[in-house]
Amino acid sequence: MTTAAPASEDYEGIILAENATAEPTRRDFLYIATGAVGAVGVAAAVWPFINQMNPDASALALASTEVDIGALQPGDSLTVKWRGKPVVVRNRTQKEIDDAKAASLSDLKDPVARNANLQLDAPATDANRAAAGKENWFVMVNVCTHLGCIPLGQSGEYNGWFCPCHGSVYDTAGRIRSGPAPENMAVPVYSFLSDTKIKIG
Amino acid sequence: MSGPSSYQPQNAFLKWFEARLPIGGLIHSSFIVFPNPRNLNYWWTFGGILAFMLVAQIVTGVVLVMHYTPHTSLAFSSVEGIMRDVNYGWLLRYLHANGASMFFIAVYVHIFRGLYYGSYKAPREVLWILGMIIFLLMMATGFMGYVLPWGQMSFWGATVITNLFSAIPIVGETIVTWLWGGFSVDNPTLNRFFSLHYLLPFMIAGVVVLHIWALHIPGSNNPTGVSVKSSQDTLPFHPYFTVKDALGLVVFLIVYMWFVFYLPNFMGHPDNYTPANPLVTPAHIVPEWYFLPFYAILRSIPDKLGGVIAMFGAIAVLFVVPWLDTSKVRSANFRPLYRQFFWILVIVSIGLGYLGSRPAEGGYVIASRILTVYYFFHFLVILPLLGLFEKPKPLPASITESVLGKGAANVTAGAPAAPQSK
Repeated sequence: MTTAAPASEDYEGIILAENATAEPTRRDFLYIATGAVGAVGVAAAVWPFINQMNPDASALALASTEVDIGALQPGDSLTVKWRGKPVVVRNRTQKEIDDAKAASLSDLKDPVARNANLQLDAPATDANRAAAGKENWFVMVNVCTHLGCIPLGQSGEYNGWFCPCHGSVYDTAGRIRSGPAPENMAVPVYSFLSDTKIKIG
Repeated sequence: MSGPSSYQPQNAFLKWFEARLPIGGLIHSSFIVFPNPRNLNYWWTFGGILAFMLVAQIVTGVVLVMHYTPHTSLAFSSVEGIMRDVNYGWLLRYLHANGASMFFIAVYVHIFRGLYYGSYKAPREVLWILGMIIFLLMMATGFMGYVLPWGQMSFWGATVITNLFSAIPIVGETIVTWLWGGFSVDNPTLNRFFSLHYLLPFMIAGVVVLHIWALHIPGSNNPTGVSVKSSQDTLPFHPYFTVKDALGLVVFLIVYMWFVFYLPNFMGHPDNYTPANPLVTPAHIVPEWYFLPFYAILRSIPDKLGGVIAMFGAIAVLFVVPWLDTSKVRSANFRPLYRQFFWILVIVSIGLGYLGSRPAEGGYVIASRILTVYYFFHFLVILPLLGLFEKPKPLPASITESVLGKGAANVTAGAPAAPQSK
C-alpha cells in the first residue's frame, strides 16, 4: 500500500492534463478560491490609493458661502468664488428677462433647467432658471459646460454669455444656444436669507 | 540578430564580473558590435537624439525640483525665483522648457520617418506600438509639466484638458472631480500633477528599454526597406553609427541652444507669465504648440463628445497603422503614390497645427474640418487601398546593391567600403 499511493496521484495528474473538462477536483476548487480571495484583497488594497484622489475633507468643507447683494442695481452683476469656481449673481434688466422668456423650449439646445434647486428634469424655462418668485435675480455657476472656461458676461449673439475658448453662446438665462457646449450653465443650490443676502451651497 | 555575445574581457576583474553579471556582453552586443544596415541616413539619428533628450529632461528636471514649490500660492513665485535668484536657474529652466519642445520636434521627425520608410511593418509592429506608448506618455508628461509654473495658460490648459473627460457619458463628472481632487483645478491638482510629472519620465525610460529591445530583435529598418540579407549589408554600431549619431546630435543641439539662448520664450506663451487666476479665462487659450494639431481636431467637431473622440481617435489610429497599410513594400522611395500622399499628410498635419493656434471662428473652423476629414481619410481609406492599387518600383536585390550598384554585391575581397562586422 505504501507504494500504491504515489502511483495513483500520478495517475490522477495524467488524467487532468489530458482532459481539462474532467470532473473538477478539490485542488481546482482550492486554487480558484485562493485566487478569488487574493483578487478581493488586491482590490481592497488598491481602493485607498484610488480614493485618496477624491476631494478631501477640507475641499468638501468649503461647500457654502454667503453673499450680500444689496448694492446690485438692475444690470449689475457680482462674482463670488464657490468651490473654486466663479458664481455670478446678476440683477437682470427687464429687457434681459423679456428676451429670456421669449425663447421657446424648442429653440433650446438643452431643454433641461440644470437647476440644482429643482427636479432633475425640470424644463429650461426662464422661470426655472431664475430665482423662485424673483425673476430679476439670476444665480449661476459661470463655467462653460464645454471644457470649463469662464464665459464673458453681456456678450455674444444673445447678449447673455459668450465663451472665448471655443465659441459657445449662452442667452440671458445662461442657456446654451449655439456652439460646442452640451448643457446650460449650472444653477447652484442657493437660498435667500433675506432680501439682500443669499447663501450659495 | 543579436546572437551569442562575442564579448571577451581581457582584464581579470572584468572576467570575474562578467561570469556573475554579463552586462558587459549586453552593452557590447547592443551598442558596439550591433549590426546596423550600412545605408542608414540622418533621419535615423533621431532615435539617439531622443534618448539624449530624455536624459537631458530628467537631469534638468531633477535639478529644477530642488528649487520649485508645488503649491498654488508659491509655485509661480518659486519659478520666478528660479529665473532670478537661483545660480544659473534661468539656464536650467530654459533648457528644460525648450527641451520639451525639442523633444517633441525630434519625436515628430522620428514618427514621420517611420511612416515614410514603413518602419512599422512586419516584423516591427510591436516596436511601433511601444513607440506610440512612449508618445502618449510624453504628451501626458509635457501637459503636466506645463501646469507646474501655475501661470494663466497652466491653469486654463489644465482646466480644458481635464474637462475633456467630462464628455464621457454618466461617469464623466465623477472622473473629472477625481482627477482634480476638488470641484475645480486647485492645489490638490497641482500637487498630483507634480508627482506624476516626476514619475512619468522614468516610466518613459522603462518603455524606451522595451522599445530598444524590440528594435534589436529584427534590427533597424533602412531607407530601401529591404531586409538585411548578409553581413555585407551591415556595419557595426561602433564606430560607424555612434559617430553618425553624434554628428546628428551636435547639429540638433546647435538648434536647441539657439532657442535656449536667443529665443527662450518663442515656443512658450506670454500669458503664462501672468499668475493663474481661476476667475478670468484668457481671451484666447492655446495648448503648447506640440498639441495644436490634435487641438484643432478637437475643435473642428461641433459636439463635445464627438470632438473628444476625434482627438483621441487621431492618436489611436496611429497604433493600428501596421494593419491599415496593406502594401508589402516598406519604403516610400519605391512607392510613387504613397510618397506623394505622405507629403500631403505632412502638410495637413502642419496645417492642423496652424489652425489649432487660431481662434475657433469662421474660415478657420471650416479649414479645420476639411483637414480633420483628410487626416482620417489618409489612414482609414488611402493607406488600405493604396497597397492594393499602387504599382511599386522595382526593389534593389539587397542593401549593398542599392549602395554600390549592381554587381558590386559580389565583390568581397578587400572592399574598403564593406568591412566585415566583427
